[in-house]
Amino acid sequence: MSNLPVPAPRVNSETQPFWDGTAEGRLVLPHCDRCAFVIWYPRSFCPECGSTEVTWKDASGFGTIYSFSITRKGQGEYRNATPYVLAYVELDEGPRVLTNLVEDDPDALEVGQRVRVVFHDTGQGTALYRFARG
Amino acid sequence: MSIRGRAAIVGAFEHPLRDIPHLTLPQVHREVAAGALADAGLAFSDVDAYFCAGDAPGFGALSMAEYLGLKPRILDSTETGGSSYLFHVGHAAALIAAGKCSVALITLAGKPRTGGAAPGGSGGFSAAPEGGFENPWGITVPNAYALAARRHMYEFGTTSAQLAEIKVAASLHAQHNPNAFLRDVVTVQEVLDSPMVADPLHRLDCCVITDGGGAVVVANPEIARSLGGGHRAAWVLGHGETMKSTNNGRIDLTHTGARWSGPAAFAEAGVTPADIRYASIYDSFTITVLQTIEDLGFCAKGEGGRFVSDGGLVAPFGRLPFNTDGGGLCNNHPGNRGGMTKIIEAVRQLRGEAHPAVQVPDCSLALAHGTGGNLGTRTGAATLILGQEDA
Repeated sequence: MSNLPVPAPRVNSETQPFWDGTAEGRLVLPHCDRCAFVIWYPRSFCPECGSTEVTWKDASGFGTIYSFSITRKGQGEYRNATPYVLAYVELDEGPRVLTNLVEDDPDALEVGQRVRVVFHDTGQGTALYRFARG
Repeated sequence: MSIRGRAAIVGAFEHPLRDIPHLTLPQVHREVAAGALADAGLAFSDVDAYFCAGDAPGFGALSMAEYLGLKPRILDSTETGGSSYLFHVGHAAALIAAGKCSVALITLAGKPRTGGAAPGGSGGFSAAPEGGFENPWGITVPNAYALAARRHMYEFGTTSAQLAEIKVAASLHAQHNPNAFLRDVVTVQEVLDSPMVADPLHRLDCCVITDGGGAVVVANPEIARSLGGGHRAAWVLGHGETMKSTNNGRIDLTHTGARWSGPAAFAEAGVTPADIRYASIYDSFTITVLQTIEDLGFCAKGEGGRFVSDGGLVAPFGRLPFNTDGGGLCNNHPGNRGGMTKIIEAVRQLRGEAHPAVQVPDCSLALAHGTGGNLGTRTGAATLILGQEDA
């Protein structure tokens, strides 16, 4: 279904809860305990109000395509993966996240289409969150 | 306190070459520094402030200032990618206005074609806090700018043909620049027929990749008036700088940081977009130009496509003559950083030293804008208003 490379993300102690979730097939987002902001990218405090009290909660896994590009010229691990689709998906919880769309027919993609999360195992205790239509 | 009329660009130099295999990166920095100082009529010993960005090899400004033999009172290594040098001019003007220095040298050099230090400023920083959430997806510079282009098209109906008009205008200017990397005039259809790099951006929507460099010298009013009869000074009338972030996960891909840096610069200069005779607009990609023109207030948001069409950007008589050297799209994007050349061409226009075919008549007021980083994620933004007169 997908010939996308699955490079392991750089993980540190601050982002470990997020990436641990991906290994279990869960998209977990930090929510601010004080102002309820859904924080992205994941971090240990709320950049909106400054609170350091955050709670990790499961996301629905659904979202909408905010923008995308069918990339014909890749670099590094993606050099031989073209065409592939880089995108921003707006999660139903609010954040717009950079990701890939897993898609056999890129020409059928449109801004505004509904997508759901899929996970691709990196083999290193994490999984990459990507999105597919339907 | 304002910097308006408190400092002037008195020297400017663009390296004439686009392939520089025979010089090291520090040597290119020195050549452009020497060129800008000679243009000003000043010596290295006159310099008491030095500015450089991430293209400079070594330990920020320390390595290069030592290499050049400077004894600066002020050092500034502000790094905001290709926009850095417009930040530097603003900082230099403020420091000069505060009496902290009198002659500031700003240098840029890069050798992406023939080796040397890899250019920075455009993502891929693995240790950055955002790195794990951006690097795994095959992000490049073009495909992330393409995200901005796609969203602008979706919201405002902007077309690829309208973006192509920007490249066409740049090529019409570049044909007159003997040093330009690309001198052939292109048509809208040729842009649309060029290979897709990252849909919807074609190869000819992208800037060139060149070796090169440039430098400018900023001086206090007394020195500016004493040099060359004072006729060649480009006075710094206004400066605005900021960043545009991913906004805590709510990025808006339809605008640049010019939305904020532009009004700050116009307010300081006490002028409006309608007063600007010539604009150097950062042109890493055609979409960068289109969004920036809207954000600076030359037209309403979403109207950029119409504004750039029908020769709107073509010198000398278009609605807004832009990038008369051919810009980054055709002339030069040294070290993958287009900010310095934006300043330099604005200085040429104010002096009346642009190529006669593209010189804007009575060019009394010019704007230069820089965008650094990646429009698909985070960018630095700096706007300068420059004038022939000091107020």
